[in-house]
Amino acid sequence: MEQMIRESKKREALGRMKKESIRNLCLGIVGIAGLLLLWDMVARFGIIPKNLIVSPWEVVKTLAIKMSDTKPEGSLLLAHITSSLIVALSGYALALLIGIPLGLLMGWYKAIDRLIGPVFEVLRPVPPIAWIPFTIIFLGIGLEAKAVIIFLSAFIPCLINSYSGIKLTNQVYVNVAATCGASRWETFCRVGIPSAMPMVFAGMRISLGNAWSTLVAAEMLAANKGLGYMILMGRTYGRVDLIMSGMVMIGILGIIFNAVFDRVERFVLRWRVTR
Amino acid sequence: MPLDGKIKLKAEHLCKIYFSSKGDMDAVEDISLEVKENEFLVILGPGQCGKSVFLNMLCGLEEPTNGKIYRDGTEIHGTDEKISMVFQRMAIMPWKNSMQNVEMGPKYHGVNKNVRRQSGMRFLEMVGLKGFEGSYPRQLSGGMKQRVGIARAYNADAEILLMDEPFGALDAQTRYQMQDEILRIWEKDRRTILFVTNNIEEAIYLGDRIVLLSKRPAVVKEIYDLSHLPRPRDNVSRSFMEMRKEITDAMDLGLE
Repeated sequence: MEQMIRESKKREALGRMKKESIRNLCLGIVGIAGLLLLWDMVARFGIIPKNLIVSPWEVVKTLAIKMSDTKPEGSLLLAHITSSLIVALSGYALALLIGIPLGLLMGWYKAIDRLIGPVFEVLRPVPPIAWIPFTIIFLGIGLEAKAVIIFLSAFIPCLINSYSGIKLTNQVYVNVAATCGASRWETFCRVGIPSAMPMVFAGMRISLGNAWSTLVAAEMLAANKGLGYMILMGRTYGRVDLIMSGMVMIGILGIIFNAVFDRVERFVLRWRVTR
Repeated sequence: MPLDGKIKLKAEHLCKIYFSSKGDMDAVEDISLEVKENEFLVILGPGQCGKSVFLNMLCGLEEPTNGKIYRDGTEIHGTDEKISMVFQRMAIMPWKNSMQNVEMGPKYHGVNKNVRRQSGMRFLEMVGLKGFEGSYPRQLSGGMKQRVGIARAYNADAEILLMDEPFGALDAQTRYQMQDEILRIWEKDRRTILFVTNNIEEAIYLGDRIVLLSKRPAVVKEIYDLSHLPRPRDNVSRSFMEMRKEITDAMDLGLE
C-alpha cells in the first residue's frame, strides 16, 4: 500500500480505537451517575421514608464531618478504617499463609491429601459465622477473635484453588523437570507451584472478597472501632447517614483492594497470555 | 559414517506392560537395540505403537517391566545425566523465559549461574534464538519454542538426545525448516540422537539408520541402513523414493 494511504488508514484505525475507549468510559460514568440519581430521587421525593434513607450528598457530608468529629460513636472515620483494615488484612494474610501452602502440598503429595482431606471436608460446610460463639469462648473479643473469623471465611477458597490448581499441572512439565535431574521437591517448587499460580490468584481474589465481606460480621463481636462497628452504632443511634456512610466506605475500599490486586496479579503472572 | 563407532546406548529385551485389574495393556513387547555413538537413529512406527513408551523407558521416566538399559556399557536405572529429552509439544514452561528454560538441566545439577548462563547463550545462539533469551514462550512461534526445547536438551550436557516426535505439532512448512535445522545443529555439535517419528519421509530425510517398529505391542520389525544416501538428502530423488516405497510397504499402519 502507498505510504500516504497507509498513514491515513492508520490514523483512522487509531481514532476508532480511541473513540471506543472514550465511549466505554462514558458508559461507566453514566451507569454510576444513574445509580446516584436514582438513589437521590428515592431519598428526595420520599419514595422511601426520610428516616430510612439519606441522599448521596448527605453521605458525602457525613463522611467529611466524620473526618474530624468523633460523635456519636466515639471515633474518627480514619480510625475506623485503620481498625477494619488491620482486622481484615491480618485475617486475610493468615488465610493466605496457611491456605495456599496447605492446598499446594495436599494437591502434590497424595499422603498429605489422604491425611488432611477428610478433616477439611468435615470442617468445610460449617459457615464462618457459626464459628463466632466458639471463637469468643477461646479468644475473647479482641483482634485475634475477629481475625480468626475472617481467616475462616478467606481460608477455604485459597486452599481449594491452590489444591485444584496444582492438580492440573501438565504431566509433560513434570517429565521435563525429571529428565533435567530435578528432585521431587524441586519439581514441586519449580513446576507445580508456578503452574498453579493462575488458580492460586483466582482463589486469593475470592478470599479477599470473602474477608472483606465478613468484616461487618466479625466486628459485631463487641468491637469499639471499625467500619462494621460504625454501621452498628448508626443503627443504635438511629443515624441512617452513618449506616450508609459505612456501607459506601466499605464499597470504596473494596474497589481499591481489587485494583491493587489486579496490579499485583498482572505483574506476577506476566508470563501468561494476556486476556 | 558413524556406523562402526562404539555402542553408546543399548536396550536389551525392553518390555512394558501396564497392569490393571480391568485388563492389562501391553505397550512394548520386546525391543533390543544398539545405538552407535554420534549416530542419528530414527525410530519409526505407526501411531500409538509404543514408541513414546520406549523412549520414556530409556530416559528413566518409566520403569521397564522387563529388560535392561546400558549406557557406555554400564547398566543404568532411572534418569541419567547423560540422557536428555526433547518432548513432543508445548514442553517448555510458560512461566520461564527462553534462557530459564534452556538452563534447567545445569541448574538442577547444581551448575553455577554464570557458567550456565554462558552455555545457555551458546546453545540459544546455536539454534538461532540469539536476542530471544528474555522472551516468554507466548511470544515465540511454534518452531521457535521447539528450538528452545532442542537448546535445552543440548545444554543438559547430555551425550544422548531422545526426541519424541519433536516436530509433530508444527505446520508442514515449519516442519521442513526444523528438519534442516536439527541436521545443521547435529552436524555442528555431534551427539547421539534417537529421533522418534511416525512420518516415513521425515525418517528417511534425517536418519543414519531407521528402526521400524511393529504396531502395538511394539517389536523391532526391520532396521534400515541409510548410510548410502548422501546428505543433504533430496526427498524427491530416485533412491529416496525407492526407500520410501520399501518402508511404506513394510510398515503396519496400525489399522485393525
